[in-house]
Amino acid sequence: MDKKNSWQEFVIPRLIRASGYSAIVFVALIFYFLLREGLPALAEVKLGELLSQRWYPIEAHFGILPLITGSLIVTLGAMLVAIPFGIGTAVFLSEIAPRWLREVLKPLVELLGGLPSVMLGFLGILVLSPFLRIFLNLPTGLTALAGSLLLGGIAVPTVVSIAEDALDAVPMSYREGAWALGATRWQTIWRVTLPAARSGVLTALMLGVGRTIGETMTVMMVTGNAPVMAIALDSILHPVRTMTATIAAEMGEVATGSTHYHVLFFIGMLLFLISLVVNVLASSVVFRSKKRAERVLS
Amino acid sequence: MDFRARLALLLLILLTACGAGEQDPSSNSPAVYIENKGSDTMVNLALAWAERYQAEYPDVRISVTGGGSGTGIAALVNGTVDIANASRAMKSEEIETAQAAGIDPVEFIVARDAIAVIVHPDNPVSQLTLQQLSDIYSGRIDNWSEVGGEDRPIVRLSRETNSGTHVYFLETVLRLGDKTNTTLFSPDTLLLPSSEVIINEVRQNPNAIGYDGLGYVPEDLKIVTVAEADGGPYVLPMISTVNDKSYPIARDLYMYTAGEPTGALLDYLDWIRSEEAQQIVSELGFVPILAYNP
Repeated sequence: MDKKNSWQEFVIPRLIRASGYSAIVFVALIFYFLLREGLPALAEVKLGELLSQRWYPIEAHFGILPLITGSLIVTLGAMLVAIPFGIGTAVFLSEIAPRWLREVLKPLVELLGGLPSVMLGFLGILVLSPFLRIFLNLPTGLTALAGSLLLGGIAVPTVVSIAEDALDAVPMSYREGAWALGATRWQTIWRVTLPAARSGVLTALMLGVGRTIGETMTVMMVTGNAPVMAIALDSILHPVRTMTATIAAEMGEVATGSTHYHVLFFIGMLLFLISLVVNVLASSVVFRSKKRAERVLS
Repeated sequence: MDFRARLALLLLILLTACGAGEQDPSSNSPAVYIENKGSDTMVNLALAWAERYQAEYPDVRISVTGGGSGTGIAALVNGTVDIANASRAMKSEEIETAQAAGIDPVEFIVARDAIAVIVHPDNPVSQLTLQQLSDIYSGRIDNWSEVGGEDRPIVRLSRETNSGTHVYFLETVLRLGDKTNTTLFSPDTLLLPSSEVIINEVRQNPNAIGYDGLGYVPEDLKIVTVAEADGGPYVLPMISTVNDKSYPIARDLYMYTAGEPTGALLDYLDWIRSEEAQQIVSELGFVPILAYNP
């Protein structure tokens, strides 16, 4: 009995540790692969050409700026949708809704997160884009806005699910304390509960950003994929081409080892770096606010 | 690592080949396998041919896959397929690569394809010259009123750059067949991932102009008549106008074999160029070759 236990004591912690380290190893391997396939692009294409504004790879125009701005504007728009709706829904579920409603709504929201993105894409083509074209009197409804709205919808379940867990983890005594001081329900939510759950809510938003910037199928179907610079204020009302849609549309036909192939991997590398920066920023914000909170408490 | 993976793959192929070899005598009908790969434009056509042919000759097994003309030709050069489908003629570099690999590709024209230019049914514009189409798609013309339509912005729709249809349209329409011309698609051209998305957008958007294989255009869209030169006759794409070559945006569809085909492969290619198989070509909206190649 004891012997068996000690054997388990030996193996199980090591298995757990190995699975923990394996995540780091896999990320490192993926990054190494991206670097190996993407960095040759810098040698094959002049930096000036890479930073130009024309993307037409079959004639060796490799300007990736339109793709980067396209991805950024769609992500930005999606977060403008996902932040209010996501946090609003999370607050409602955790703080306001009665228990029975919450038990019905939360699984429904999570079900929404499992919706295949290709279905949302068809919804976008058949319903959303014609509606946007007529409602906003645009030349075409296949725009960054259509992508933002759908991606916002895709990010909402992620944001809700994690933010709601974070709000739920705030001790009841915090709320009771606020109420005892005469705070209204809204004041309690806005000044006590949300700030207390800040790190979890921020994590939820960052995962939402990650889900949005990496989403491919929906944006490829509804954003029109025109590689134009999206830097003007009204760019959201024009077609854009995102980095993910470019990789998805072109990787299938590209000759392995060609310049075009290397540039596509270079774009993949940039996507990886962007999500890395987003995550590092988020955790540093969370870390700093935690330290301050600890100082105040001591 | 790479070498080991290849070795494993080779072993696997050998094993399956042995397995197949053992099965054949027991079923008493030695099957002939024909691998057929290439152009996405031709996939439906090649599938329809394969199905009919297999129904008539049960001892022949034909597998058809898409992937694009370039993919099919590369597979032919690698020796993994028997027939490559291509919606364009092989490029000289591709022929050189093939010959370097010891393969002498033989070309068969098996059907013709016309690219139809489509607009919303309510669009009053019904005829365009090649020059006007080039100006529209390269961004020199931005409003339908410049080509005799309403005062509406033009929304240009195109297939993705990896589609054979895209390249063909670029060379034949935007550059008017001139090899030294370097006109490009206007950057705000919408590059859509499939025929269905283009057709759907044209169906609901009166600003849109698109192009697609004649075989894929549904009845409810308006097909524009096209003239090769200013004032010249405007021609509607249909079987007869593609056959007599009066419609300017049409191309041949090819099948390539590695060396002169023999045996079952030759039988199949002969059958494809027969009246029965060319009947299927018309049924799918492509243009049969028989009318001018009897």
